Formats: sequence, C-alpha cells, structure tokens
Amino acid sequence: MTATLYDVPGPRAKRRTLMFSLVALVIVGIVLALVVVRLAAQGQFSADKWGPLVNPAHPLFSLVWSRLGQGLINTLIAAGLTLVLALAIGTLLAVTRITSAPWYRWLVVSVIEVLRGLPVVVSIYFAARVLPELGIDLPALWYLVIGLTAYNSVVIAEIIRAGVSAIPKGQSEAAYSVGMTRGQVLRMILLPQAFRIMLPALISQLVVIVKDTSLAFIIVGYEEFVRTANQIIQAFVNQGTPNPIQVYTVVAVVFIAINYGLGKFAEFTERRLSRAKKTAAPPAAADALDPVESTQT
Amino acid sequence: MGVLVDQFPLFLNGFLGTVRICLFAAIGSLVFGTLIAAFRVSPLPPLRWLGSAWVTGFRNCPLAVVLFGFAFGLPEVGIGAPFEVFGIIGLTAYTSAFVCEAVRAGINSVATGQAEAARAVGLTFQQTLGNVVLPQALRSVVPPLGSVIIAMIKNSAIVGAFGVGGELFSVEGTLTAQGYPALVSLTGVALGYLVLTIPAGVLLGVVERRVAVKR
Repeated sequence: MTATLYDVPGPRAKRRTLMFSLVALVIVGIVLALVVVRLAAQGQFSADKWGPLVNPAHPLFSLVWSRLGQGLINTLIAAGLTLVLALAIGTLLAVTRITSAPWYRWLVVSVIEVLRGLPVVVSIYFAARVLPELGIDLPALWYLVIGLTAYNSVVIAEIIRAGVSAIPKGQSEAAYSVGMTRGQVLRMILLPQAFRIMLPALISQLVVIVKDTSLAFIIVGYEEFVRTANQIIQAFVNQGTPNPIQVYTVVAVVFIAINYGLGKFAEFTERRLSRAKKTAAPPAAADALDPVESTQT
Repeated sequence: MGVLVDQFPLFLNGFLGTVRICLFAAIGSLVFGTLIAAFRVSPLPPLRWLGSAWVTGFRNCPLAVVLFGFAFGLPEVGIGAPFEVFGIIGLTAYTSAFVCEAVRAGINSVATGQAEAARAVGLTFQQTLGNVVLPQALRSVVPPLGSVIIAMIKNSAIVGAFGVGGELFSVEGTLTAQGYPALVSLTGVALGYLVLTIPAGVLLGVVERRVAVKR
C-alpha cells in the first residue's frame, strides 16, 4: 500500500501536505476550468446538444434512449453468449492442453498462441468477412460472438491452466492414491478448485469481453451499443446539431459504470476467497497472475 | 496466396506503419502511465484522486469509444489533427491507465521494510521512491508491462479499423477494394500481427526469467 512509502506525518509534514495539496488542487482546478471554458465557448453545453440525452421532456429523449437501451441489451447479449461459449471451449482447450500427449501438444499450444497473438478486431473481421466467402451465412451477431470467442476462449484456457497448475501437488497425488483415474482427478479434484481460485480472473475477463463487444462497429448489421451511438450521432449531424462529445460521454459513462461494477465484484470475490481458505492459500502462481489487476486490455 | 508475395510492399508498408504507431504510443504511455502511477502513490490527495479517476475511466471504457471520442469530439471544439495523431493520442491515453496499474502493483510489491529502512536513514519521499523503491519495483514491473505493451500492439489494429491509412489492418481494406478475397488479405494481416506479438511474447518470457526476483 502507499502507506509503506511514508511515515505517519507529524505536524510540520501535515502542514506541508495540506499546502501542496491546495496548490495541486488549484492547478487541477485551473486545467479543468480551462477545459470547461473551451467547451462552453464552443457551445458544447447547449440544451440542443444535451437535451435528447438528459432531458426527459425533450421530444427526442424517449426515441434516443429506446435505441440506446436496445443497443445496450444487444451488447449484453453478445457478451453473455461469448462468456458461455468461451468458458466451455476454454475449459475444453485447457483440459486438452493438460492431458495431451507430447506428440500433438505442440498443435494445441500453437493454436492457443496464434489465437492469443491476434488482435480481437482481426478475429472478428475474419469471422465476418471470411465465413461468408466460404458460404457460411450467419446473423451478424454470430460473427461478433465467434470472433470474440476465438480470442477469449484461449485466454480463459490459459487462466484455467494457471489455476490447475497452482493447486498443490498433494491434491492430485491423494486423489490418484485412492484409485481415481486421470479423468476423475481432473474433473472432480483439479478443475473445481481451479475455477474457484481463478474466479476473480474470470470475472475480470468478462470486463474485457464487454469492452470488446464495441468492436462490432466494424461489421455491418449488429447494432450494439457503440454502433447505435454512432448512428444516433449521424442522425443528429444530419439534423444540424452535431453532438458526438455528448453521446460518447454518455456511452463512456455507461461502460465505465458496468465495468467498474464488475471490477469491484471481482475484487470482492478475491477477498472472499482469500479469507475462506478452505483449500490451500491462493498459491504463488495465482498471485503472479494477479487476477484483479489484470493486465489484459 | 500469391497475393501475399505480389502485394508484399503494401503489407510491409502497413507493417511499418503499425510499428510507427506502436512506438509513439508505447513511449507516450510508458512515460505518462508512470507519471500517473506517481500521482496515485503521492501523499497529495488531489493528485491521487486525479490518478484514480484517470485509471478508472480509461480502464473501463472500450478503446473504440475512446478513439471515437477523440477523433470526433476534439474537432468539435476546434482541435484538428490527422486521424493518425488522434489514433496515437487515444491509444496512449488508454494504455497509460494499464501502465499505471502495472507500475503501481510493482511499487506495492516492494517489501514494506525497504521503504521503512530508507526512511529510517533519513531519506526523503522522493529519495525513498527514486533510489530504493522504484529500482526494485521496476524488476517486478517488467513482466506485466510487457503484457501491456503486447496488448497495445494488438489494440493498434483498432486504430487501423478506423480507417487510419498506412497501417497493417487497413491493408485489408485496400486489397478488398482491388477485388482480392478477404481470406487471403486477412491472412496476410494476421501474419503481420503474429510476427510482432509472438516473438514479443517469447522475448518477454526470457526477460521475465532473467529479472525474476527471489523474495
């Protein structure tokens, strides 16, 4: 924690901190004020631009929000489908990688590495452009879900594998010694504990999935939140009251609220898990992965 | 697949464009992210608030929204620039939040006794941070920072998806306009990214083992 960096302040340090805090506050305030003045000078606070988004009495308010609401629902549908599929395929991949014989393990590993190294936007575009070329026509939702699943299932596979390898060896040794088969050990001993240890990381991955659904803006036909927002902006531009700043601000606030909530939930689960040490303590490998402060962007 | 050979100059040009965008964004986000991390551990509450707000905002908002916001919002207030510059600014702002969290986690991983000992011999906050904590934190920060940068390379494709020309992802659009099938051109684009990300991942693994601190 930050407290390691400095002692409990004495009276002089307290005065100094207060003084510098005030200076910092003033500087931050001035910068913010400059931004606000600039925005105001360009008429960015006008009722024309904000009204449709924040004023229920505005004639376009209900239309705009019913579109945005539908977009948000579509975003959540895509994220939910991706999560379910990615969990199923990811678990399968992790099990395959763990149990595979060396002579074909390289194949599993290279599939995982290739899918992990590709930008998600390329995976989505691949699904949306190449599948129709091969004669596979699906609703646009599925191109998005397939592209997202391709990436997230390998990430989840790696999370689960890290979880399995973090379980103390004694667990599987004990299971083998009472006569369980390899499949039973994995299914009944290792995977349940791996899911438990890695639950915070899995929830954090959901944040990534929700954010990545916005990449549907590149494929035509699936109107999730961001694509809907773009269409609304276009409509307002045509109408002569361009409001991209206002619409994107609202979109950003909604995303931040959802993902901040998910992030807090992940932290909460992590605290709960580390408090209830029913199995082993979350071991070193799990710590190294640092589930909540995920570096997955 | 002959297209990949015929159109190699186009792919190479796009590849170099991606490398250029990534270099600018990497330098920018490393510097800026470290600064925000310093804000977040500073004893001054206003700076801590600013740092937290920045990180919470950019970490939880999709990069696409950040880029759209910069690219279409800034011109509204009279700030014009080429699309590529907006792309780099957006990518830098977004990545800096992740850099900040990686650096902060590194600072927190340094044992309390280290900072306490530094203060006991009378070092100031700046000296404690600069001479004792950060040099140790940097070692445990390298692996997560590497993952952040690799993720940033992949995210640069989103900048290309906006139609910033001269970048790897946009090569696909150019070739499609010439009537090439997407399977071929996208495979080329995918290979281009894998050439960057897979070696980077391997390199990171090596560095990770080198700098691993035994505690």
